[in-house]
Order: sequence, then structure tokens, then C-alpha cells
Amino acid sequence: MSVEGRKRPFFTAEQVSWILVAPLLIILLFFLFLPMLTLIQVSFWDYNEWTFFPAFIFDNYVYIFTSNVTFATYWKTIQLTLWTWFFCTVIGFTVAYFLAFHVRSLTWQIALFLLCTIPFWTSNIIRMISWIPFLGRNGIANSALLEVGLIDAPLEWLLFSDFAVVLAFVHLFTLFMVVPVFNTMMRIDKSLIEAARDAGASGFRILIEVILPLAKPGIMIGSIFVVTLVMGDFITVRFMSGGQSTSVGRVISNEIALLQYPAAAANAVVLLATVTLIIAVMVRYVDIRKEL
Amino acid sequence: MAMRYLELVGVTKRYGDTLAVDAVDLAILKNRYVCVLGPSGCGKSSLLRMLAGHEIVSSGDIVLSGRNITDVPPARRGTAMMFQNYALFPHLSVRDNVAFPLKMRGAEKTERYREADALLARVHLEAYAERKPAQLSGGQQQRVALARAMITRPQILLLDEPLSALDPFLRVKIRSELKELQRDLGISFLHVTHSQDEALALADLVVVMNGGRVEQAAPPREVFNRPSSEFVARFIGGHNIHSGARGTVAVRSDRVRLSDEPDGALSGVIGDLEFLGTRVSVRVNTRDGDFTVELADGDFFAAPYDLGQSVSLSWDPEDAHPLLA
Repeated sequence: MSVEGRKRPFFTAEQVSWILVAPLLIILLFFLFLPMLTLIQVSFWDYNEWTFFPAFIFDNYVYIFTSNVTFATYWKTIQLTLWTWFFCTVIGFTVAYFLAFHVRSLTWQIALFLLCTIPFWTSNIIRMISWIPFLGRNGIANSALLEVGLIDAPLEWLLFSDFAVVLAFVHLFTLFMVVPVFNTMMRIDKSLIEAARDAGASGFRILIEVILPLAKPGIMIGSIFVVTLVMGDFITVRFMSGGQSTSVGRVISNEIALLQYPAAAANAVVLLATVTLIIAVMVRYVDIRKEL
Repeated sequence: MAMRYLELVGVTKRYGDTLAVDAVDLAILKNRYVCVLGPSGCGKSSLLRMLAGHEIVSSGDIVLSGRNITDVPPARRGTAMMFQNYALFPHLSVRDNVAFPLKMRGAEKTERYREADALLARVHLEAYAERKPAQLSGGQQQRVALARAMITRPQILLLDEPLSALDPFLRVKIRSELKELQRDLGISFLHVTHSQDEALALADLVVVMNGGRVEQAAPPREVFNRPSSEFVARFIGGHNIHSGARGTVAVRSDRVRLSDEPDGALSGVIGDLEFLGTRVSVRVNTRDGDFTVELADGDFFAAPYDLGQSVSLSWDPEDAHPLLA
């Protein structure tokens, strides 16, 4: 085809780029940046017992940073996050490792992987509530343990405790660790494992020296999921702790219930900043770009 | 002096009902460059992997320096393997990659780094010790893989298609480096390849495999001049296979004479001409199938032939090498 014969393109290359980016840009603009700006704006507003109104005051922030409750709440939230992260990582890594390196056929890998996702076909709330009859004082767990004779009296800490909260979190969020770790592991060249074995590495050394370092980006992506999900949660903490434990998310949800929107907004901004900071620190140590 | 060094006795590999390697017997002497040659699926890789200990031997024995290593784990066999895609650890520096086998053996850091640096110097990569494998070219990665394989001082180095990932130019260069290295080290190299050029150029012993069996194991000149079977003759190339009164014979393309007089053993029409630089390859369509005749370019252009021209072919009886079935 001759050059003269070609029609001049309707859009320039730069315009085409903008058009292609536009849908995502619009979505992010309206559903992320705009709400976030509103949030920040409202966090400086004032409120009383029955309404809130435009202003530019720092009281909301001053209250957050001077209240002992804030630090206690953040400490509690971070504790819950750390425990959940720990168990999600250990379980998630193990499951992914099993799927990627011990299940030989692709068919079985896919089948077992889908099996892992089945719990996700029901809603979070239902899955959470299902734990209650299981863990309760006269629940299945306690009855079984009593029957077997391992305990003399029902274990009180099974339900409505931090244990129950972490258990529910782990149940809800482990898959978010399994998926990215499995994905990274599947990309590990199997000949690397053989090369390590050729070099004299035992199965355990291969795990520590080769698989773990190469799975790090996947672990990091999973960690980001788990940390953000747990840090922002309010419903699991309320249900599973029976209202006895607290988290930043719960504080915000309570403030919203009391129509203290500016206070809730300020809390949300601080939480957002904290989570962003945590993630920034995390990605500093592991390069996740090659996974994206 | 010429002691038997590596010996394979009836080595067999079965995958379910399929026989990948069928009772291979082979003896390899010390300080030899051995090329195992064959098309894909001929069992050459399975054979190599069994030697390396990455594949369980279904039956038979592998003896290295008088020790039966059939069921010995890879690291304790005295073999080292260099993988086709090099299998360098992407998260480790070049130095740590080379030192990895020593680390697995519990060597001190200073000791294993000293050895790794010495080997890197030997392959002229000392300046790249801190880099990650991804920052090296294909040829450099290959040398790192070599250094890593050599650090355990293996008695035999197993190379799985070591040149196939390189571009043709580099392939020839690295090929001669491999041969040089083998001579330097004084150990045997067992090199699996599907390229007959590579095998002929490198090997002291060429082992041609087909369908899980060894078709011929002989020095390159013998394999080329006296292929034992039709398969070997076809695979090694440069031969015409002709079934005549004296059974099936192989005639080297450069030993076939071309003439425009109809007095040869076989007549035909020129179907194709290919200029190959130093030679010209002439394809002659005969009633017995296509023949390839290679002429030196000087001879050809002194009396050129045209496409479609009728010619006859002949060869000396001693150039007709009889083939087994």
C-alpha cells in the first residue's frame, strides 16, 4: 500500500492514548479521587448533636491525636492485622506450595484451586455467622472436645474473643494470599528446582533458598490485600468479638451511626494515611512490579 | 590408560507403557567429548536426566569410575548438569549462583566465594560477579551456568542442549569454548543435542539415538562416512540413500558425480539449485526419488547446469556404503 494512498488518521497518536485511558480515568476520578477529596473536605467540618456543617477546623484531628482511645484502637487493630497476616501467610504459602509443586497434573491443580474458592461463593457475613454455632459455649467445637474428654468445661475464649476475630479473618482472607502466591510459584521455572537439587539442596533448602525468595513478590501482594482488608474491617470485629473488641473501622462506623460525619471522615483520613504508609514501607522491600 | 569411565548397562526408562529409553549399553572413556545426537523424542534427554539422577532408572545400571551410581542422589554421583535454559537462580548474584552448590555442602562463605571467583575468572566473568543473571547476555549466562556446574569438580559434566538458546553466530563461538574447556579440565563432557553439525564439530564420540535405542556410537568421521543405518545416514545429512541391486546404500552427496551424458547409473532432471558459498547443492529428481549432489562452487561454475536439464548420476562402488535395514 502506498503512503499517499493511506488516509490521514482521524486522531493523532496522543489523542488515541487519551481516549484509551479515559474510561479508567473517569472511573478513578468519580469513584476514587472525588469521594476522597470530599472525605478530606468533610474532615475539617464541624458538627453538633444533630447535624454537621461546613467549617474549617482542626478539632477533629486534634481530638484523634490527643485521645488515648485512638492509640489503643490502632494498637488493637495492628495486633489483629499482624496475627491475621501471620496465619494467612503461613496457610496461604503452604496451600500455594502444595498446589504448585506437589500436585503434578494441571487438571488437578485447577480442580483443587477451584475447591479453595468455593467458600467465596457465599457472602462474608454468612461465612462469619456460621462460626457462631460452631464456636459457641454449647457449640460443636466445645461439645466435641467435652465428649472426647480433652476439656472439663466449655472453652470461653472460642467465641466473642480476639481468637474468634482472627479465626474469622483468616477464614475470610487466606485466599487473597493463596492466589498471588500460587501465581508467582507457577511462574518459577521447574528447572530451577532441579538445578538446586543437582547442586545438592534438600527439599527444605530448596524451599528456603529458591522458592521462598522467588515467591516474595506474591507474598507481598497477598500481604497488601490482607493488611488493607483487615485494617479497614469493622463488621467482622463486631460480630466475632461480640462487641468486646474494637478496631479503627468500628470507631468510624460508630461515629457514622452517631451522625458525627466530620469526626468519622477525619478518622478515615488518618486510617487511609496509616495504611498507605504501611504499604509504602512494604513495597520498599520487595519489588512487586514484575508481578503486575 | 583408556579405562572405562562411565558405563551404562541396559539402561531403560519407561513412562507408563511408553518406552523412552530402551536398554542402552554404552561405555565412555575418560577425558572425552561425547555428543548424544537424535531427533526430539528419541530418548536422549531422558538418558541424560537418568545419568544426572533427575529421572529414576526403570532398569539397568549406571557405573561411574567403578561406582554404581544408579540410585545415588544427584549431588553425590560425581555428575553435574548444565540445563538447557541454564536454570540460573534469578534472585541470586552471579557469584552466589556459582557458589550455590558449595553453600549446599556447608562450605564457609569466604571459601565458597574464593572458589566461585576463581571459576568466574576462568570463564572471564569476574567483572560481572555482583550482577544478577538477567543483566547478562545469553552467552554470559551460559558461562555462569558452566561455572556453577564445575564448582563441585564433577567427574563428568552433563550438558542438555547447551547451545540451543544462543544465536547461530554465538553458537559456533561457544562451541569451541566448550571443547577447549573440556580439554582443559580433563573430564568427560556428555552433550545432548539435535544438531548434527554440533555433534560432528565437537565430539570424540557421537552417539546417535532413535526411538530410545542407540543406532550408532562411533567417532564423528566414522558416523559420517559409514552410517550404520538408513536412519543415521538421513539424520546426519549429506547422504543419498539408494536402494539398488546390492541392497540399500548411502552415498555422500559430494561423492556423486554429475554428467550430461546419459551413461550414469541413474538419470534424472535437475529440480533445484542452491548456492551454499563454497559449494553448490544440486537436487536431481530421479525415478528412485530425489538425489542431492554437492559440487565445489569452482567445479559447478566451470560447467554450470540449468534447471530442468537432463543429467545422469554415477558413483564409485567404494563410495556406496551398504546400510543395515
